[in-house]
Amino acid sequence: MAKITFIQPDGTQDVAEAELGMTVMEAAKQSDVAGIDAECGGSCACATCHVYVDAAWREKVGKAANMEEDMLDFAFDVREESRLSCQIRITLELDGLIVRVPAKQF
Amino acid sequence: MSSDSSADAPIETDVVIIGAGPVGLFAVFELGLVDAKCHVIDILPKVGGQCAELYPEKPIYDVPGLPVVTGQELTDRLMEQIKPFGAEMHLGEQLNSLRRGDDGRFYMGTDAGTQFIAKSVVIAAGGGSFTPKRPPLSGIEAFEGTSVHYAVRRMETLRGKDVMIVGGGDSALDWTLSLAPIANSLTLVHRRDEFRGAPHSVDQMRALVAAGKVRLLIGQMTGLQGDNGELQTVTVKTASGDEAVTCNALLPFFGLTMKLGPIADWGLNLHENLISVDTERFETNEKGIFAIGDINWYPGKLKLILSGFHEAALMAQAAAKIVNPDKKVTFQYTTSSSSLQKKLGVK
Repeated sequence: MAKITFIQPDGTQDVAEAELGMTVMEAAKQSDVAGIDAECGGSCACATCHVYVDAAWREKVGKAANMEEDMLDFAFDVREESRLSCQIRITLELDGLIVRVPAKQF
Repeated sequence: MSSDSSADAPIETDVVIIGAGPVGLFAVFELGLVDAKCHVIDILPKVGGQCAELYPEKPIYDVPGLPVVTGQELTDRLMEQIKPFGAEMHLGEQLNSLRRGDDGRFYMGTDAGTQFIAKSVVIAAGGGSFTPKRPPLSGIEAFEGTSVHYAVRRMETLRGKDVMIVGGGDSALDWTLSLAPIANSLTLVHRRDEFRGAPHSVDQMRALVAAGKVRLLIGQMTGLQGDNGELQTVTVKTASGDEAVTCNALLPFFGLTMKLGPIADWGLNLHENLISVDTERFETNEKGIFAIGDINWYPGKLKLILSGFHEAALMAQAAAKIVNPDKKVTFQYTTSSSSLQKKLGVK
């Protein structure tokens, strides 16, 4: 198991216990984290599971692949630390990961 | 009805199916087996619904008998399977009106002006109709239709305007190339200096930028300013700070999302934006209007393609009695029934 913390725009925190191998989006959905819409169900086809990866975790999480970068074009207020949470697979290394939920998904 | 042969004469048919996704397509098959003729309407310019729009190349692992199939393959196979029934597809159209006539039939019209009269209606609209995404900028609604456009119906309306196009795909690039010659000014805004569109279009766009005919701004919209529905400036956040760009015609291209759309206005009982149905006939609270696939709700509902197929089969048995009330529906197997095999063209 790994702990993933989602920080909402108002500062409230949701902590999801996730099985290794799940995606961060799946962990959010399983714990009913608000603001992760995941309209396409994890196909990297909608950009509604957009998150900002906490600065301390950016290196471990890594960069978006090309297809994900393309899909991020459809997200709102994209920053350098933007990722689609359906494309971040949870490994033991990511236990404790902190991501921020954007104020608005499209 | 007079038998006027003009193009806008209503199409009379047994069943109108709303949605050409996998479940809508399979409904053509099941209705075909019980001798119901169908017309299918979809807002997308192609068949397949979410399978074709969201995940054409993604594998699906839970369609019985097909250990793995992509969204596009499943769509292609369904099209092959329903071929014997010759259902007509009306693509790129949205059904926006539906009422029951005094004769008990349903009178419908699309945004493209096509009219239908049918004995029964099957709503297989999945997550709703695919509509352009609205950028979540405060006050944008006030400018829609006047200064903010999600599609260009007539280019002439943009002549002489200060146009801003936002996006990095083919729609954004194509409209940049088409509108640059007639706009007073054209600014293309994209969040990064990389474009998803066809390389040839990217080259042409870069040439227009080099010639000073198009301004390329790398950044993101953060606010809109204007009065009475008339946009005046758009604030764009760039690496070098915020800039208010003069603009009275904004074209944002951020892909599609799914909305229930006009279906919400037809008096159907809804459960959290889904249409409530019974699990014997998959009929709505309006007799003769059925809802199958992801768009419906009943206790225990699972949004699976295979559930939609099952729902289509049961719906067809019920719809058959409405379409041909005097005909007895005998349940038969395609494996052994010579009459079903004749319909399928295999005998």
